[in-house]
Amino acid sequence: MKRGLITALAIAKKDLQTELRTKESINASASFALVILVLFSFAFDLGREELYAISGGMLWLVFSFAGALIVNRSFARELPNDCLDVLIASPAPAWAIFLGKSVAAFLLLFIVELISLPVFGLFYNIHWTDRFGGLLLVMALATWGITVVGTAFSAVTVNIRLRELMLPVLLYPILIPLLIGAMGTTTALLGGEPMFGQAASGEALASLRLLVGFDVIYTSLALYMIEFILIV
Amino acid sequence: MREKAIYILAILAALVMIPNLKTVFMGLPDEAMQGAIYRIIFIHVPAAINAQIFFTVSLVTSILFLVKKNFLWDSISVSCIEVGTMLVLVNLVTGSIWGRNQWGIWWAWDLRMTSQLMCFLLYLGYLLVRPAIAEPTQRASISAFVAIFAYADIPLVLMAIRLPNVRTQHPGPVLETGTMAPEFRAPFGLGVLAVFLICTALILIRQHQETAQREIDSLRRELHSI
Repeated sequence: MKRGLITALAIAKKDLQTELRTKESINASASFALVILVLFSFAFDLGREELYAISGGMLWLVFSFAGALIVNRSFARELPNDCLDVLIASPAPAWAIFLGKSVAAFLLLFIVELISLPVFGLFYNIHWTDRFGGLLLVMALATWGITVVGTAFSAVTVNIRLRELMLPVLLYPILIPLLIGAMGTTTALLGGEPMFGQAASGEALASLRLLVGFDVIYTSLALYMIEFILIV
Repeated sequence: MREKAIYILAILAALVMIPNLKTVFMGLPDEAMQGAIYRIIFIHVPAAINAQIFFTVSLVTSILFLVKKNFLWDSISVSCIEVGTMLVLVNLVTGSIWGRNQWGIWWAWDLRMTSQLMCFLLYLGYLLVRPAIAEPTQRASISAFVAIFAYADIPLVLMAIRLPNVRTQHPGPVLETGTMAPEFRAPFGLGVLAVFLICTALILIRQHQETAQREIDSLRRELHSI
């Protein structure tokens, strides 16, 4: 168990190192997020109130699109020079490889989100700084959900034809409950509602519970089942 | 043996369904509030119930495949999911027609329709990913993985849309609370049974096809390797 965690950490470090040197997926993902943020401004012509009402939805669409780009590279990165076969043949347990890759993808997507959030606030004149703590919590939980399921499906699709097409087709329907929760909580937070305490309506807290539930269920399911996918 | 089973199931289904359709269309009176359109319930709900049954079977067989690596389980999973997805589509389409008639809109985003639509999309993903994988063991393992993930999502989707501001257009659970008129009960139950029998026959046919397909593929590979 402990050795597995050390291996996972090493794999995460390796993935981050490669990514920070080449910056191939983080640059693509961040610029894609910005492009979508710009496109939204043409899609809707909204007043201030309406903008706040759809802010959570917009933000999470951007984040989940950016996330698909990042997790797509997660296992595909190992394909040249048969690195994936070497990883699988190594004594590292499958769950440790998967966990390491999920952690790396999580950190990368989190960086992209931290870049897009201020841009989003700036473009659409939305005040997000007062609720930054709550937003960070929601972002951490939902980003973990996106990356853990995304990395699992990245492992599923890495060896098949039409990899880039199949990943979103499989990923987004699975993510629906997570996105419902994240969008609801973010909209409530940006609308000025506190998450905890007397003034909270409980809606944000209920969505937060959904996020935690999703993360727990899918992390354990993926960690347990990845063995069957990587080694076939 | 298998062919006999398919014929017997099909004949049984016909014996159940034809008299039942006669009762539904000619025997039963129009419903007090809705008029004639309510008869859609004898297709709409049996399709949904049977889809859930077959998806549950596919979950069990997917787990069995991962544990035993026997292709029998994989062929049952894919047959169940194909038939189940078709049933969900029947459920969605008939529901939409019913909704247009009764609520005035084709689609309402209420919790049952949304979760059913998600269910449809999830299993559609399963059916799309399968043909993209050439190697049989890999295809079966990946399919089983996707089937298990898809099944795990259904309770979450149900929970998700139940959480804040539940919007529902559907009536309450009419079956459990006993508000369904007694004369509708028998045709309803027979409707569920008829759909079950037909679909089981379809699954057996499809499962046979899947096995034959895999054998042909392996023979073809063998031929190429000579």
